[in-house]
Amino acid sequence: MSATRTGRKPPRVGDAPVFRRLLIGIVLVFVALLILAPLVIIGVEAFSKGWAVYRDTILHPDTQHAIMLTVLAALIAVPVNTAFGVAAAWAITKFDFRGRRFLLVVIEIPFSVSPIVAGVAYLFVYGLQGIFGPTLDAWDIKILFAIPGIILASMFVTAPFVARELIPLMQAQGRDLEEAATSLGASGWRTFLSVTLPNIKWALLYGVVLCNARVMGEFGAVSVVSGNIRGQTNTLPLHIELLYHDYQAAGAFASASILALIAVFTIIAKVALERQGAGRVRASDPSAANPAEKAL
Amino acid sequence: MKIRLDHVVKTFETFRAVKDVSLEIESGELVALLGPSGSGKTTILRMVAGLEYSDGGQIYFGDQDATDIPVRDRGVGFVFQHYALFPHMTVAENIAFGMKVSKVKREKAAIEARVAELLRLVRLENLGGRFPAQISGGQRQRVALARALAVDPKVLLLDEPFGALDANVRRDLRRWLREIHSELGITTLFVTHDQEEALDLADRVVILKDGQIVQQGTPQEVCRDPKSAFVMKFLGDANVIAAEVRDGKAYASGATIAVSGLADGKAELYARPADLDWSLQGPGIPASITRVLDRPDGRRVLATVETGEHLEFDVEPERAVKAGDGGFVTLRRAKVFAIG
Amino acid sequence: MRRNVLPGLRLSLGVTLFYVGLIVVLPIAALVFKAASLGPEDYWRIVSSARALASYRVTVLAALGATLFNLFFGLALAWVLVRYRFPGWRLVDAMVDLPFALPTAVAGISLTALFTANGWFGSILADFGIKVAYTPLGIMIAMCFTSLPFIVRTVQPVLEDLDPALEEAAQSLGGSDFAIFRKVILPLLTPALLAGVSLSFARCLGEFGAIIFIAGNQPMSTEITALLIFIRLEEYDYPAAAAIASVLLITALVMLALTNWMQSRALRYTVRS
Repeated sequence: MSATRTGRKPPRVGDAPVFRRLLIGIVLVFVALLILAPLVIIGVEAFSKGWAVYRDTILHPDTQHAIMLTVLAALIAVPVNTAFGVAAAWAITKFDFRGRRFLLVVIEIPFSVSPIVAGVAYLFVYGLQGIFGPTLDAWDIKILFAIPGIILASMFVTAPFVARELIPLMQAQGRDLEEAATSLGASGWRTFLSVTLPNIKWALLYGVVLCNARVMGEFGAVSVVSGNIRGQTNTLPLHIELLYHDYQAAGAFASASILALIAVFTIIAKVALERQGAGRVRASDPSAANPAEKAL
Repeated sequence: MKIRLDHVVKTFETFRAVKDVSLEIESGELVALLGPSGSGKTTILRMVAGLEYSDGGQIYFGDQDATDIPVRDRGVGFVFQHYALFPHMTVAENIAFGMKVSKVKREKAAIEARVAELLRLVRLENLGGRFPAQISGGQRQRVALARALAVDPKVLLLDEPFGALDANVRRDLRRWLREIHSELGITTLFVTHDQEEALDLADRVVILKDGQIVQQGTPQEVCRDPKSAFVMKFLGDANVIAAEVRDGKAYASGATIAVSGLADGKAELYARPADLDWSLQGPGIPASITRVLDRPDGRRVLATVETGEHLEFDVEPERAVKAGDGGFVTLRRAKVFAIG
Repeated sequence: MRRNVLPGLRLSLGVTLFYVGLIVVLPIAALVFKAASLGPEDYWRIVSSARALASYRVTVLAALGATLFNLFFGLALAWVLVRYRFPGWRLVDAMVDLPFALPTAVAGISLTALFTANGWFGSILADFGIKVAYTPLGIMIAMCFTSLPFIVRTVQPVLEDLDPALEEAAQSLGGSDFAIFRKVILPLLTPALLAGVSLSFARCLGEFGAIIFIAGNQPMSTEITALLIFIRLEEYDYPAAAAIASVLLITALVMLALTNWMQSRALRYTVRS
């Protein structure tokens, strides 16, 4: 008698078998239709004209240039935003100063602003219509419709990524360790490198991975400031649009498959980092979903 | 409502939390399940409630087999260790919850009247509109009790009811819970790891160890006649002296005590601090005082026996003893248990 | 106020303020300045032109529809991921982040491919007379896709951390599953749901890349506000672009403030024993 009863649990809310199966079924269908299908069709469409067309698209000089430009943008924007994220997290979590909370909200702004608005805003700084435009033009420095503009726009869009991963975590960890290290005579850099960094490395990497994915995929802001010059200022997402509107759907999807692959790797890296504990502070604490709340 | 557990077994993963426990709780009785952590006491309580299902054995409420009745139909009132008050409801709404969701429809006015009555019972008349986050721990405890009582449970179950409170509040609430029990006469089972709480409050104490009942009885029975070294130690401070049993007598470095039912061989002699006394002449256990701790109700003496064992006992406040004194420890009474 | 004993305040705060100033505040200030230099009459004429109003209408309506869908689907998905274990749940959990990770332009072309009249879904829907691609419905579906993770990811942790004793208490008091969900679980999830809704809605309003491929981009009917800004830029009508962009900017800032406020409300019940 006892053997058959082992492991029985009283039902929790929603554990009725019919309801449970129905709900899982509905959710899985929608996940398949809304999330899985768009991913699958990229592969299907990319190879719809055969392997040769796929290879030719990827190897085409314009595609190659777009890939290079996308990688270049990431190579600059990601490290800069990482350095900024660490500095911001250190300032906000290790010190008390007036306006800390306000600063947190300002850092979050790029997340809520439409990328198109961001692009337009940059136009009014560096464009001919903008604040610095005439001066830059006089000195013959090209920022807009050139690579610097693309990188600046990418930096705006992804500015909060690293900071928002680090701030809740460093807030939760407090200042005791750093204060102990300082009291033992360690310098600021030494304290950061040997005490703080080991505790935040996974969260830092997590932020870097998400930041990188967004830089490489940014479309709206970049399309405003890039000028869309084929073979010159086209990043991969812009190149996709160009091919798509040129009625080269297979080529567009072939280029898209590269970005889709990056997205899949991003998710794999994300899951792996979450196993190391990254992203957890936020997961267990609703207040940390927005660092502004944690810092109070 | 009488509760009966019949050979109840519960296993978590591979860990046997409760091993073959049989227990009867008479109607109207107030019973404590007492044991250290991991002794299975909370698991037993949760099985009685229907919050866990047993893997073997039956649980009867009166003559009805309640083993498979889901918690919502079992008619128990459960007070959770951390109260589990609904944080988004006021105190009054918390208390009214059970009546509102009940299959038995009640008039709004009837619910309000009952809530007011319960608030009076738990002496929180003016706090009905507060949220749980706005009241103290002791007040939350009382709200949790009122909420459990609101559905007129057949049985009241409390999990470490005073565990999260500080010492003074605990003592007050203990007396008060006893009063409520006398007033309502509801069969009550509570879990605690605090022996003082169990002895103060319960009609009967059930002592558990490693998922099994090791002894049960009234506070007087378990205190006066502990059946094992575990119970002796668990119920309060005890001195342990190595002893040897020969022909119905236990010999421990200078002291002798009559025992019955023990085979010859090595044993341990257990004595409470109040069971020992100090004298300058023998017979007794030769010892020297290492420290004297002064306390409001007397003096606690720490002494070392020649064999190296440490003893603690209490003497009257007037007694002049000091560290370094030599003398003899005498036994007023003691318990002897065979080793192993 | 604690005294600062740690080193690096000047450096880290200096870097932070410089960077935020240069990258975030300066462009936004420039945009506001540009829009403000228009003068109230011109500004009002631009932002209330028939074409702009039509773009707000389709954007807001599609965003509302998408957010409403995500409210139910996101809650159901979070519930399934937290409460049930089934083969592949880890995969589903990971896949929820795909809309965040997949570039919007890629999402745009693949959703379009699925929903055009000869696409996998579009051809089936066409049999029922439903047109998705190049209609407001397509805009809504693109919005659903890009904003789906917000509600799931705000509700999921709160649901995970919900004290099981609350549910047990409600059960011991005789509550049915439905009553417990409605009276205990749902109210405790509401702050997280609202925060997710506002994040999701804000994202929908600003979305561009995923939408322009699937929307027909017809003025007055399927032209979203972000696209109208883009078109004004291409026409070198910078004042109009600035004015309409300022409308989106203000909406975004209001949504940000609202989200912050809602999340501080989400903390209301977190006083635990």
